[in-house]
Amino acid sequence: MPKIVVLGNGIAGITAAREIRKRSDDEILVISGESDHFFSRTALMYIYMGHMTYENTKPYEDWFWEKNRIRLLRAWVRQLDPGAKLLHLANGGSVAYDVLILATGSKSNKFGWPGQDLDGVQGLYGLQDLSTMEESTRGIDRALVVGGGLIGIEMVEMLRSREIPVTFLVREKKWMDFVFPPEEAEMVGRHIAEHGVDLRLATELERIEDDGNGRVRAAFVKGTGDEISCGFLGLTVGVSPNVDFLRDVDGAGLEIERGILVDDHLRTSVPDVYAIGDCAQVREPAPGRRPVEALWYVGRRMGQTVARTICGESTPYDPGLWFNSAKFMDIEYQVYGKITAQPGDGEASLYWEHADGMRSIRLQYREEDLRILGFNLMGVRYRHETCHQWITEGRDLPYVLENLGAANFDPEFYAQHEQELVRQFNERYPDRAVALRKKRGLAGWWQLRKPSVLFGGASSSAETVGAA
Amino acid sequence: MSGAAESTLWHRVSQAGLLLFLVALAVYVAALGMGSYQLTGDAIQQLGDSGTIYNQAFLQELRDLEGKEYDFVVAFVGDVKAKAVAAAEQGSPVESWNEDPFFTAVVDAAARGGVKDNTSLVFWLTFGLGTLGSLLYFLPRLLTTLPGMKNDGITFSSMKFRGWLGIVTGSAFIGFYVFLYFHPYYVVNWIRLADPIAQALRGQPADRWFFYGLLYTFCVLVMAVRFAIHYRHSRYHLVRTASISFFQLGFAFLIPELMQALQVPSMDLKNAWPLNYGFFTDYNVKYLSESGTVGWALLLWGIGLSFLVVPALAAFVGKRWYCSWVCGCGGLAETLGDPYRQLSDKSLKAWRIERWLVHGVLVFAVVMTGAVMYDFFTETPFSPLGFESWKIRSWYGFLIGSIFAGVVGTGFYPFMGNRVWCRFGCPLAAILGLVQRFQSRFRITTNGGQCISCGNCSTYCEMGIDVRWYAQRGQNIVRASCVGCGVCSQVCPRGVLRLENGPLAGRLNEVSLVQIGQGRIDVA
Repeated sequence: MPKIVVLGNGIAGITAAREIRKRSDDEILVISGESDHFFSRTALMYIYMGHMTYENTKPYEDWFWEKNRIRLLRAWVRQLDPGAKLLHLANGGSVAYDVLILATGSKSNKFGWPGQDLDGVQGLYGLQDLSTMEESTRGIDRALVVGGGLIGIEMVEMLRSREIPVTFLVREKKWMDFVFPPEEAEMVGRHIAEHGVDLRLATELERIEDDGNGRVRAAFVKGTGDEISCGFLGLTVGVSPNVDFLRDVDGAGLEIERGILVDDHLRTSVPDVYAIGDCAQVREPAPGRRPVEALWYVGRRMGQTVARTICGESTPYDPGLWFNSAKFMDIEYQVYGKITAQPGDGEASLYWEHADGMRSIRLQYREEDLRILGFNLMGVRYRHETCHQWITEGRDLPYVLENLGAANFDPEFYAQHEQELVRQFNERYPDRAVALRKKRGLAGWWQLRKPSVLFGGASSSAETVGAA
Repeated sequence: MSGAAESTLWHRVSQAGLLLFLVALAVYVAALGMGSYQLTGDAIQQLGDSGTIYNQAFLQELRDLEGKEYDFVVAFVGDVKAKAVAAAEQGSPVESWNEDPFFTAVVDAAARGGVKDNTSLVFWLTFGLGTLGSLLYFLPRLLTTLPGMKNDGITFSSMKFRGWLGIVTGSAFIGFYVFLYFHPYYVVNWIRLADPIAQALRGQPADRWFFYGLLYTFCVLVMAVRFAIHYRHSRYHLVRTASISFFQLGFAFLIPELMQALQVPSMDLKNAWPLNYGFFTDYNVKYLSESGTVGWALLLWGIGLSFLVVPALAAFVGKRWYCSWVCGCGGLAETLGDPYRQLSDKSLKAWRIERWLVHGVLVFAVVMTGAVMYDFFTETPFSPLGFESWKIRSWYGFLIGSIFAGVVGTGFYPFMGNRVWCRFGCPLAAILGLVQRFQSRFRITTNGGQCISCGNCSTYCEMGIDVRWYAQRGQNIVRASCVGCGVCSQVCPRGVLRLENGPLAGRLNEVSLVQIGQGRIDVA
């Protein structure tokens, strides 16, 4: 009975452990220095905001692990010795493995700013960061958050929940304009400002100054030299794989660039060692995908994949169709398929925005054959299965628009706006004008999906689907 | 005025509202001590003549108290009880079921000054000021917060997370029910507060159930405003809250009063058996069947509602249509109880206990009703194992109707969440749960692979369902206990959950985009 050791108890490591247990009787040990039990990292912000306790963020009750014979060890690992198949622990002991899964996650980036290691300056990734943030934000007059990404806006929301005035420095000209088309980027920017946040776009950090006692006092802006006083400074300029302690393995042969390099089966360069989740760098990523994707969904999917391979069902890593979600303060965001800041060659999009400026729907498509490429949704919920199916089946806009109601996943009684997109399409392509057939609802979607390949049946076509 | 100054102003208004509410609460508590108690000969005469008290020995004993003045109701009730004991020694005991009405009537007859002489004033200082204070406390949030889920600070809150305020509030709720149900004669002054409304609606003074109904309706309506503000971004919740407020005000409170005023049999037209365990009792069936056309119509309606309408609608849209759109217990839970929803226990152990308890109460209700109806139709006393049907019924009324549904059901809001009764005790919820679990078009759909296991859904599920367990597997939630409040769908930051009705087939989806190998359409 081989001993499988998983290093890291985040979503990737825990998914791997659970999926291996489903498939085999192998001995499983999960090591983490961060926490005794698996918790949802994405929920850290809610602990600070008082929506949930740490206990609430654990997806499984504590008895679950013993019942499923998944042993847990709370320890930091100092070094990997792949020759001897040993992990050396920081407290002096060591752990032997037959198969090792590295799921060590990320660490917050710091880009060498003067003063970046002062007290009260930090990123937000782990449980320990949360306790430091709790300590450092007590009784402060003002906070500064640097870096306009997902963690940045979460940190801003956290601080605002305690009514701490916040300045938000964002390098980009528009909020997250590296992924968002201009309209969505502007919408989120407006919304951040509406929450009373001092949002400064196209602004970069130059240096951080202390108060004489090793604590942050103020930060200075590059170029203008503007001073922003702050009792707390959140550095949320992205994350990178947490692999430093694995780098200096003498002659171990574990190849690491930004992350631990893995092949299409998530194998590292060392036998019987796999890497998954944030810490893995895929040697040959799928078209349109990045080599390192620090994403909950990617970690989960890699965990499922590696478990199959380890249990004898050799499975290549397939990232699947891109999807993601987030919440920007009060605006929910969902994306399915390909959405780019600027449409690619021969691509265009239909975009509708509600008058309240907090809701929008974008359909990106190929102009040549009107094939749907992606859905971008702000403040509106769409059904994952439906969008997934339409994109992967290569449906064209007329089909998608006629049936768009079936994709709507907003709660009952919510206003529906699909008609607006249909109207826009009909204006743009009068010779292909369509009519919206389906109001939102499960019945409509059910009719559509029944014959689909997604569930093993024959492909459906627009003609076979009757009006609901 | 700058935004910040404006926000400070509204914050002050809110604080002032809280202060007014606390003043109203203080007056309400103080009302119990207002006035004095003195029995006059006329009053005792009147109690006998009106037939209110027909125990002559007790009436005679009460004459000893004539003219004696008491400042405190407790002391007065103590002496009244001593007189009941004295009557018993003469062979005429006050039967246990007569204690509440007799003692209450005596206290009422003896009350002097205080609330009795200033009913309207004290009503406005309690119900009126309390409502005004609450509204001033809630309404500024419309201006100081943006629409969207704002559950900030709940786990730090003493009131909402079992701190001392929560413990005090829960204890006060429990105390309230204990007095109202088992010692109403101590709270006669509260009952009197409802007189102005009772006089207007029914042309006679309030009894304790009228007072309770009035307070209940106020709580639902005022806290519905708070709920609507908190969830104002969600039309589902606005519509649902309008519905539950309408049914409380109209069906539970006004219509029965109207029917009484029209001198026809009166009942809460939405209260279905077995939640309404008094419906199939000998006295109610007899009363309705002997009350002409209206009585018969009500009898048929009650039967149809309980056995046809309620389960059939649950099969189409889930038990939510009753439990969180119509029901009175649900109405209070969704309004007054909403701030406590995160306190429900989500453990597997709690779920096990829940299933035994709620189905146990259902069996108890069925046995009780069966026994009572057997007696009624066969006119022979049913006494399995020596328990006569009336005894089973009175034990059910005491243990389930009063202790479980009232004292525990509401009193435990600040300890175990706002659906303790609905989850662990309500036999109607148990029946609807069976329909919902096995034969209903309702489910909560999980949106593909979007779940991030954050736990907001489970935390804010008032029924203690570990929603996340399903959502993170990409599985739909089909659970007997779900009352369809829709809050999981609101607190989800990723748009993963949707309450919906649809075909039975595929409801328990085992196929999901969460798992690799599912939805791999690229083969096509």
